[in-house]
Amino acid sequence: MISSVGRIAPWRQTNWEWRAAGNFLGGGSGAGLLASLPFVGSTVAPALALLGIGLVGCGLLCVWLEIGRPWRALNVYRRPSSSWMTREAMLAPLVFASGAAVAWRGGAAMEWLAAGLALLYVYFQARMLQGGRGIPLWRHPRVIALVVVTGVAEGFGLGVALLAAAEPGALPAVLAWLAAAALLVRAAVLIHYRRGLAGNAPTQALALLYRQILVDRLLTAAGMIGLVAGASFAGGRWPLMAGGLAALAAGWLLKYTIVVRASFNQGFALPSLPTRGPGRAAAGVRPGY
Amino acid sequence: MVADLRRCVGCQTCTAACKLTNATPPGIQWRRVLDIESGEYPDVRRTFVPVSCMHCGDPPCLGVCPTGATFKRDDGIVRIDPDVCIGCAYCAVACPYQQRHIVKRREFAYGAQATAAEDLRFEPRSVAVSTKCTFCSDRVDHAASPRLTPGIDPEVTPACVNSCIAGALHFGDRDDPDSNVSQLLAHSAHFRMHEELNTDPGFYYIVEDAP
Repeated sequence: MISSVGRIAPWRQTNWEWRAAGNFLGGGSGAGLLASLPFVGSTVAPALALLGIGLVGCGLLCVWLEIGRPWRALNVYRRPSSSWMTREAMLAPLVFASGAAVAWRGGAAMEWLAAGLALLYVYFQARMLQGGRGIPLWRHPRVIALVVVTGVAEGFGLGVALLAAAEPGALPAVLAWLAAAALLVRAAVLIHYRRGLAGNAPTQALALLYRQILVDRLLTAAGMIGLVAGASFAGGRWPLMAGGLAALAAGWLLKYTIVVRASFNQGFALPSLPTRGPGRAAAGVRPGY
Repeated sequence: MVADLRRCVGCQTCTAACKLTNATPPGIQWRRVLDIESGEYPDVRRTFVPVSCMHCGDPPCLGVCPTGATFKRDDGIVRIDPDVCIGCAYCAVACPYQQRHIVKRREFAYGAQATAAEDLRFEPRSVAVSTKCTFCSDRVDHAASPRLTPGIDPEVTPACVNSCIAGALHFGDRDDPDSNVSQLLAHSAHFRMHEELNTDPGFYYIVEDAP
């Protein structure tokens, strides 16, 4: 049994809350949507490009609202040599410019460029999260693939849902298939991430994550069924919308859980306890694991 | 810094000395002492563990800082420039020791009104930016001219070490094999917190004599 005056067992960090999560939600979905541009067709690409950069911008706005000294925000550009936050901030203008170029002039080359920069952006975000070495759920290297593929699944899902809602005939089937494939890959990456965390994260954090993973499995299954059914049969507007939104919801809920709800630190641990009197050092304590 | 856990009695004098020296706002303690009870009757132990910034050799807070506000001095002390920090808290989530602190607004110990002491010692630059233990580097810096030795001469030693009533806290140069802390570590069994994270903490805990 271990008890303490003051906190020694892991507790939930409060420095990054919903506003920080908003950056990962908006940035991931927006970047995923931009990554889908080469597959949506030139007619709708401009509108989706604007929405994509809008979502990325909302995410960055969330961060700006969170920082303690917002009027010094440009200082964020001062350490590109090592900080993924700096790199994310440096890449963002390029993402905006490429998205705006798609909206203004269009063209397949610009769509591919915007998609590539968007994928790089979500990768930078993933590396930024993994740099939070104080949080076991964040620092695991497998979180990188999870955040990237989650952003792609969200963006493609959102694209499918929007196009299915607006004009089902304009939705290329390949987009729905790609969204379904992204969901499938994401499910595999999530299993891989979950296995990597076992024994390496506080029990409270894992309990919250596992509970979310159950919800995630339901949403992923619903998303897959909707996307595959909608892409396979003509007139599948509602399944496509439901499938796309399920992909988006699964990603948002999972990332919110990882960034906010289950963001426990590792607390304190003593490998051994000191001698008292003539005895020897005793076995240590590591509460919360 | 070295804490001899055999000697620490959990009196929190170091906590109070730090608070007094650095005038940290309510709820913010750059130095504190964990009070841990463990085991089952009749084999029960109570352990007091002083914690603060570990001034890591490879600080996770340093690389992530997007502004360059966090920097490491030549003597290994990790500092923050409050005029550059934007308060993004990236360093706070990167620190595995929970030793970065940010207060969003000025707060007072007693209600809505500042005491005279709080007014006198208020440092506006420290609001909404990251703060942490400095190893009293402003005191340490005085060592250069009068040829004093940090950890030996109280004038240039961190306040927490000076105040320790049990002689549990020690400060010195771990790179000098003849320093007080190097000698202590050479003759004791010790550990560093979360060493598996490869941060090379500069804070050592002694648990018993060397085998």
